[in-house]
Amino acid sequence: MKSFSNLYIFIFSSIMVIIVAAVLSVIAIQLKPHQDMNIKLEAMQNILTSVRVESNKKNAEELFKKYITDGYVVNPEGEKLQGVIAFDVDLKKEVAKIDKIKKYESQIQERRESPFKNYISGFINFKTVDKKTINSMIDKANFQRQLPVFVCEKEREIYYVIPLWGKGLWGPIWGYIALESDLNTVYGAVFDHKSETPGLGAEIKEAWFQEDFKGKKIFKDGQFQSIEVAKGGTDDLNKYAVDAISGGTITSKGLEDMLYDCLVSYRTFFETQRN
Amino acid sequence: MGDREPLFSTKNIKLLKEPLGTNNPITVQVLGICSALAITVKLKPSIVMAISVVAVTAFSNVIISLLRNYIPPRIRIIVQLTVIATMVILVDQILKAFAYDVSKQLSVFVGLIITNCIIMGRLEAFALGNRPWPSFLDGVGNGAGYGIILIIVAFFRELLGSGTIYGYPVLEKIGLYKTGYVNNGLMILPPMALITVGIIIWVQRSKNQDLIETH
Repeated sequence: MKSFSNLYIFIFSSIMVIIVAAVLSVIAIQLKPHQDMNIKLEAMQNILTSVRVESNKKNAEELFKKYITDGYVVNPEGEKLQGVIAFDVDLKKEVAKIDKIKKYESQIQERRESPFKNYISGFINFKTVDKKTINSMIDKANFQRQLPVFVCEKEREIYYVIPLWGKGLWGPIWGYIALESDLNTVYGAVFDHKSETPGLGAEIKEAWFQEDFKGKKIFKDGQFQSIEVAKGGTDDLNKYAVDAISGGTITSKGLEDMLYDCLVSYRTFFETQRN
Repeated sequence: MGDREPLFSTKNIKLLKEPLGTNNPITVQVLGICSALAITVKLKPSIVMAISVVAVTAFSNVIISLLRNYIPPRIRIIVQLTVIATMVILVDQILKAFAYDVSKQLSVFVGLIITNCIIMGRLEAFALGNRPWPSFLDGVGNGAGYGIILIIVAFFRELLGSGTIYGYPVLEKIGLYKTGYVNNGLMILPPMALITVGIIIWVQRSKNQDLIETH
């Protein structure tokens, strides 16, 4: 076997790394527009599916322009935000904001339950976390939130499509839910996932599961209720629950949480829009 | 990798054919089992995975073979890994751009081709000591040998686990469900892939007695 000097090994590996990096960056930049287009087309197709419009990759853009007449972003107070495009909102970041708010809320809860522990931790952190600051932090986080809404007009009916984002078992799950003009009845829903177990959690993207959501309601006697993904099944008469996937409990639960967390922020918007 | 002798053959055809049957990477060398368990739930991802692995083995074999006289032996494993990783990222990016649906189904498993022992095994055992063309054929042969088993396993798992073939609901069409037949949920889970591979190994060895180890 030939022997190589250390210098040769260093030079060899440096050149190799530079070549590899260059090749990969060029390819990544070249393919990026295609990949982004795929993601955007998929989102369009999903939105169209939620309002029961069949589409394929080729006509998605055209149909989207035809049916989705408006798209805007609101804040939790239901006010429209200017200068933000509904399509550009990064839902992942939005959901991170929800998690942040939840964390603050649990801090308040903890304060109430164990004032002593709070005193100690406040002492160690040199931070006085009193209820007022936490509340103002919640308000601040809430204020920054962006809630996209897509408005669809089909056969003289108005539908509102709300994008969803949450956690499954192995990775993110997301979807779109279309509400009828009463902003209560579900017109259609579509879900997708990154890496749920095929045949189990992955079934959320199958039609039989999504079909169940049609006609369900999210408000009960004027109160926000969301839709439960019920383990052990439910019947058609129950307007607030759908059948969970057997063997896909954690994904089902994640989907239920996703529906609640994403929709609850729109509560005020729904109410003002309805009047 | 095992202590198997490297494939040395004057006939290039033999390089292509052997891994498909008597020297199959999965059933004979028992390599690359992990990914074979993970992605064989449905046929479509298995086929794409098979094609991706063929591409990665073939081209990394060629690249390593071209460089074989320049690679310092002390860092050869790192060099091999870099080449494989580059090829895999390329395949992943291309799938994301042009076969987005399938790439979503395969998700992390495309990235995990990097850890597939077949590829590194072929680089070590073959490409480092052979000219580019035979290395290319060896890569294609081994990738295809791996792919064929994936497709066979996926066929049975999809048929028995989901009742479909390539997404087409066969069992529903022939009316089997009316007789009270139910899909076998266990087929969807990884253990059944292992058992299916085991059955294939059993069938292959009882047909070809030479493959049975004597000890």
